[in-house]
Amino acid sequence: MSLLKYESQIREPLVDGNKNYHQVTEDIIRPIEMKPTRLWYIGFYISVALLLFGVYSIYREVTYGIGQWNLNKTIGWGWDITNFVWWVGIGHAGTLISAILLLFRQGWRTGVNRAAEAMTIFAVMCAGQFPIWHMGRVWLAFFIMPYPNTRGPLWVNFNSPLLWDVFAISTYFTVSLLFWYSGLLPDLATVRDRAKTKLRKLLYGVASFGWTGSTKHWQRHESLSLVLAGLATPLVLSVHTIVSFDFATSVIPGWHTTIFPPYFVAGAIFSGFAMVQTLMIILRKVFALEDYITLGHIEAMNKVIVLTGSIVGIAYITELFIAWYGQNPYEWYAFKENRANLFSPYGWSYYLMMFCNVVSPQMFWFKKLRRNIGFTFFMSIIVNIGMWYERFVIIVTSTYRDYLPSSWSTYYSPSIYEIGFYVGTFGLFFTCFFLFAKYFPVIAVAEIKSVLKTTGESYKMKMTDIEKADAEKFYIEEVEHAH
Amino acid sequence: MAGGIKKFVVGCFDDEAVLFPAVKNVRRKGYKIHDVYTPFPVHGLDHAMGLRETSLHTAGFIYGITGTATALTCISWIFTKDWPLNIGGKPHFALPAWIPITFELTVLFAAVGMVLTFCYLCQLSPFVKKHHFHLRATDDLFVMVIECTDKTNDEEVQAFLTAAGASEVNVQVAETGWWLGRYDREQKLYRELEKGY
Repeated sequence: MSLLKYESQIREPLVDGNKNYHQVTEDIIRPIEMKPTRLWYIGFYISVALLLFGVYSIYREVTYGIGQWNLNKTIGWGWDITNFVWWVGIGHAGTLISAILLLFRQGWRTGVNRAAEAMTIFAVMCAGQFPIWHMGRVWLAFFIMPYPNTRGPLWVNFNSPLLWDVFAISTYFTVSLLFWYSGLLPDLATVRDRAKTKLRKLLYGVASFGWTGSTKHWQRHESLSLVLAGLATPLVLSVHTIVSFDFATSVIPGWHTTIFPPYFVAGAIFSGFAMVQTLMIILRKVFALEDYITLGHIEAMNKVIVLTGSIVGIAYITELFIAWYGQNPYEWYAFKENRANLFSPYGWSYYLMMFCNVVSPQMFWFKKLRRNIGFTFFMSIIVNIGMWYERFVIIVTSTYRDYLPSSWSTYYSPSIYEIGFYVGTFGLFFTCFFLFAKYFPVIAVAEIKSVLKTTGESYKMKMTDIEKADAEKFYIEEVEHAH
Repeated sequence: MAGGIKKFVVGCFDDEAVLFPAVKNVRRKGYKIHDVYTPFPVHGLDHAMGLRETSLHTAGFIYGITGTATALTCISWIFTKDWPLNIGGKPHFALPAWIPITFELTVLFAAVGMVLTFCYLCQLSPFVKKHHFHLRATDDLFVMVIECTDKTNDEEVQAFLTAAGASEVNVQVAETGWWLGRYDREQKLYRELEKGY
């Protein structure tokens, strides 16, 4: 073995245990070939039940109209847009892990990228539900697409951020799906070639598109992944930027700020990583993948969480400072009274958000806590609650009192069907994720194999000897010789 | 498309570190490598085999600028010619406001175009079936396939591969192209039957 495959000993192994290529295949593919556990069935049925409740809530909303929700003229965007932004934000981690970390050559992404990309796709699917059903007359949803029509033709408004959103979200969904599936092809072929039953041979045969593993195909596949990663990187930044434009281009106090795009993107990565943590901690336990999703992976993600959480914190404080410094009375009122005043109707939500997103992630400065699984799981939930409240604070506290006191509205609490819709998207998300975890390789098998010899624990052990031998050889040949 | 029936010598290697020198030796000896099937992308193998660089990324660039052009021409035609919309007296040709959609369409066209091109070039599609020289090529074996011509002595090639470190060597007669089929069925191509292999 040459030193070409050398990686510093300081770096933790990414694959624990004494593995060879076949063992990697075994470990990751085996859950697909076995009957799901009782825990899987329980989780799956709960998710389907939640999904059905969501379907019923949507049925009510479509049949009886938006009046089923407790929105009013003042608070026209409530839970639905909060949930939309929250889900889109969660959907950012997958592409960040698979694209940006690929470009940055972060080896640890290989353990988590597949599941994170799947999470992205499901989260974007959930996000898309909210603006679609909020349209009310959902059967006319295709009006948002620009196509030559018999109404003039009357076109959509290309200068509107809401239309940019349509393009951004649909492009993001498509590109993420393509990225994910093109990465899945070789692994689905692995499942196909191991398959014993006829049905599995048929289904995975169809799904793997006849992949053979030819060197030329791999060469194109590498090129494709790299370019898709290069495209997805600005794309992922653009998507939440455009979502933030929905707010920032309006003239509502508290929304009309230029800090929104970077602040939203950082928040999206923050909450996305928290959701990845939640799912990974469950996944590694249920499918016994502790050797592939190691403590090192969890720690790396916690570092991203503390970084992005702090960026979000700086954004909150900057926003507050500029509201005061900008001397716009409406803007300052929105911050001083609607948000920062603890005794105002929604003051509590502002402080809850501050605590969850800014204060609590600072715990991750301590290595012990970064590597504590129970604490990480708890924190991942806290962060996602905090990020949900961030969107709630932005949407509700800015709209409930703006310019005209006569149209102020104090009270907004969601109706059961509004909550049901949100709960339903959890059902959709987890139903999809359970099916994914059962029928797809949850870890990128081929990618793990390609880094196994540099970062596998057993290979790293051998590397120490080579390192020592080479150092001695270098000393004898180069240093001593020179003297 | 069926590419024709040919005879191959297949050598399976356990380790890519053994595969690399073997590929070099086989090429030096003048044998024609049909392909090497690997469970993961082995870096540098394409160069060792003498494959040329892929130009898929160039195709991606062309698709991308097609997307840019489509977005800009469509939006500017719609907003300046077909239905100029007066938005507070602002210019009809509002380029800055069109940047987001232009960007998204650039990415969309490039990504979709590249994936379709990738599938076309590699002949990947649902219900496409190909001959697999070894089922463990997607698991842990590196499978080198050497094409036999009329002059090739396949015994000699087999011995050569074994000497180069192959753990398993055999001779297969196989269809080189793809055909529509299902993986749960054993299928023989009609031409294969006709030739009586």
